[in-house]
Amino acid sequence: MAVEYASMLSKHAFFKGLRSEVVDLVAGCAQEIEFSAGQYICHEDDQADQFYVLVHGHVALQIASPGRGARTFLTIGAGEVFGVNWLVAPYRWTYDAKALDDTKAVVLNAVCLRRKCEADHDLGFELMKRVMPVLIERLHVCRIQLLDLYLKQN
Amino acid sequence: MSITAIHKHNVIDMHDMQQLVPKLARVKSCFSDGPDVSTIEVEMADGAPVDYAPGQFNMLTVFGVGEAAISISGAPDGSRLIHTIRDVGAVSQALMRLKPGDQLGLRGPFGVGWPVRAAQSKDVLIVAGGLGLAPLRSVLYHILAHRVQFGVVTLLYGARRPADILYQSEIANWRESCEINVVMTVDHADVEWPGRVGVVTQLIDQAEFQSQNTLAMICGPEVMMRFVASALVDREIDAENIFLSMERNMKCAIGHCGHCQFGPNFLCRDGPVLSYKKLRPLLKVKEL
Ligand SMILES: Cc1cc2nc3c(=O)[nH]c(=O)nc-3n(C[C@H](O)[C@H](O)[C@H](O)COP(=O)(O)OP(=O)(O)OC[C@H]3O[C@@H](n4cnc5c(N)ncnc54)[C@H](O)[C@@H]3O)c2cc1C
Ligand code: FES
Repeated sequence: MAVEYASMLSKHAFFKGLRSEVVDLVAGCAQEIEFSAGQYICHEDDQADQFYVLVHGHVALQIASPGRGARTFLTIGAGEVFGVNWLVAPYRWTYDAKALDDTKAVVLNAVCLRRKCEADHDLGFELMKRVMPVLIERLHVCRIQLLDLYLKQN
Repeated sequence: MSITAIHKHNVIDMHDMQQLVPKLARVKSCFSDGPDVSTIEVEMADGAPVDYAPGQFNMLTVFGVGEAAISISGAPDGSRLIHTIRDVGAVSQALMRLKPGDQLGLRGPFGVGWPVRAAQSKDVLIVAGGLGLAPLRSVLYHILAHRVQFGVVTLLYGARRPADILYQSEIANWRESCEINVVMTVDHADVEWPGRVGVVTQLIDQAEFQSQNTLAMICGPEVMMRFVASALVDREIDAENIFLSMERNMKCAIGHCGHCQFGPNFLCRDGPVLSYKKLRPLLKVKEL
């Protein structure tokens, strides 16, 4: 099974260029998972012990607001990841994630991954090098959304 | 030569004078294209056809109110002269309030449009933000009318909210026809929106194109265009093959008054469409 996950992960954009022995380490924490359209994957305030590597489909990241329902602030597609909360204490989800269509992902057990990163700082550094651009990109997207560029006055 | 006026170092001749005088036109039809946005079809009062290239603009006058530069958003086959207008101030609001049969003034078409000829046999990536889809629609019409001349054609479109998406039924038709790939996103979603949420730069990774044989056309708010253009350079599209439609206040629209000056360019005459290679250093200059 781990071999199959290693092959899936090495093809994914997030792990592109990662040495095969490092991919094998990550694959040891992996499991394949599927969600049907409309199904919630995680909920705000739950323990963030999963890191999702999206293989197929789309996921909406949402925050519910009273009287206005679930508000999607970002969608994630195949080739992307979500759940970087696994890296930083208190390891808690800060949003809900809902599958928009039938979705397939490789889910990495964060407890397993954190343990491996502590034991092997090279692995930790490799993962950090991949998580950081995602965070920077999301921060940039967030800034642009906040600027509300398409508003008349802008 | 009959010289009628001298302004700065420029000579204004009879031809220029004629271009400064609006011709009488009439609104043929109009319809709402979302909150604060209307699309109007215009015909010349004398029935003369108006030839234009995709990406060019007209100066539209509402008598007693003023004049504004408005892109031509119809098919460049001379059949229909269409403009999409967003109410942002006195003139645009007055334009939006025009009804079928109302008169208006029209000067144009002006400017350098999209490089459709250079795009032939290439993959074409069209990136629109908000109202920026209006001047790009005419190039999309052109491409669809001459589809075999182009490679893979992709439209990436970002709007503020689902309700602000322009030309919704037409986009649905484009999607269905499979002639072009359409990927859309909104900055802010409502509960019913089933599509993507995020900014248009994030869509670039969804587009299929051969970087070395791709021509990109971008129109939208300047900040959006800067980030899109630099993301396309990161995807190895040559800056020479990336084109932006720039917007600055226009007055004369014939390269005399300097209102639209952007570095060494008068956008009404040298633009509004210019290559990123030319624009890149200028876009870094604040307050230009
Ligand atoms: C080549 C080109 C193509 C264009 N195509 C289109 C098009 O297809 N559709 C369309 O709707 N528009 C288009 N525009 C934009 C349009 O020409 C301008 O928005 C025009 O200024 C509208 O005139 P107005 O009188 O309605 O608004 P204005 O009163 O000129 O106001 C326009 C904007 O400027 C701001 N503004 C006004 N005065 C000031 C001030 N003193 N200080 C700071 N900000 C101020 C306003 O808040 C508003 O956001 C185009 C512009 C160009 C150059
Ligand atoms: S608007 Fe007068 S020079 Fe361009």
